[in-house]
Amino acid sequence: MKLKVIGVCGMGLGTSLLLLSEVESIARKYGVEIEGEVVDLGSVRGKTCDVIISSSEIAKELKDLKIPIIEIKNMLDKREIEAKVKEFIESIRKS
Amino acid sequence: MEELRVTLEDLLIEDCIELDVVVDNWEEAIRKGGELLERCGYINKEYINAMISSVKELGPYVVIAPGIAMPHARPESGVKRLGLSIIVLRKPVFFGHPENDPVKIVVTLCATDNSSHLSILSKLAQILQNKEFINKLLTEPDKHLIVDYAKRLIKEDFL
Repeated sequence: MKLKVIGVCGMGLGTSLLLLSEVESIARKYGVEIEGEVVDLGSVRGKTCDVIISSSEIAKELKDLKIPIIEIKNMLDKREIEAKVKEFIESIRKS
Repeated sequence: MEELRVTLEDLLIEDCIELDVVVDNWEEAIRKGGELLERCGYINKEYINAMISSVKELGPYVVIAPGIAMPHARPESGVKRLGLSIIVLRKPVFFGHPENDPVKIVVTLCATDNSSHLSILSKLAQILQNKEFINKLLTEPDKHLIVDYAKRLIKEDFL
């Protein structure tokens, strides 16, 4: 399975990058290939992907997009990130 | 290209750490963190204002975890070299984040492009996840010992 993931944050170089690298290492564990990109909040519109990952604060700004969002509250909590990414991967596998 | 050789250990220097910092609000906290970067030659003053504007515009998303903020702005807003500063506040401040306020530790970041600092960023994240390190940062009055401790953690690859 291959997923296109976009990490979004205010500037496109801080938390987005951090979250995307976490996603890549988690996905590897679950046998999922990731095509990743990081963008800033202003540039995400018009992009296509399977899922967006961002902080819950940034996610608020993205609710109108028709793309699933993995929202992370604590960017330093690997368990939170892994649980949510795993849940998304499983939901895709089922569908 | 120079950035490729820079490691987190290189950036963890006493000049870029300040403890027991007294500020009244989040804006002053970002300013203090930015001033350390400016003093160390990583940024122009412009960058400090860019970080503050970005929080005003985009909200408190820089509060990345409970008690920890990581303000930053775009490279073109006055970054000279990749760098980071760490300040510990005497009294925590509120950024307006619904879950992660109040903030006691501010790690101010300046990067020269969108991705070359990834390995530094993920090492930094691992250090900030380490409870013993955070405890040391919050309680140890000697910066030298904090830097030593962080470097030992990185070297021993506890992560």
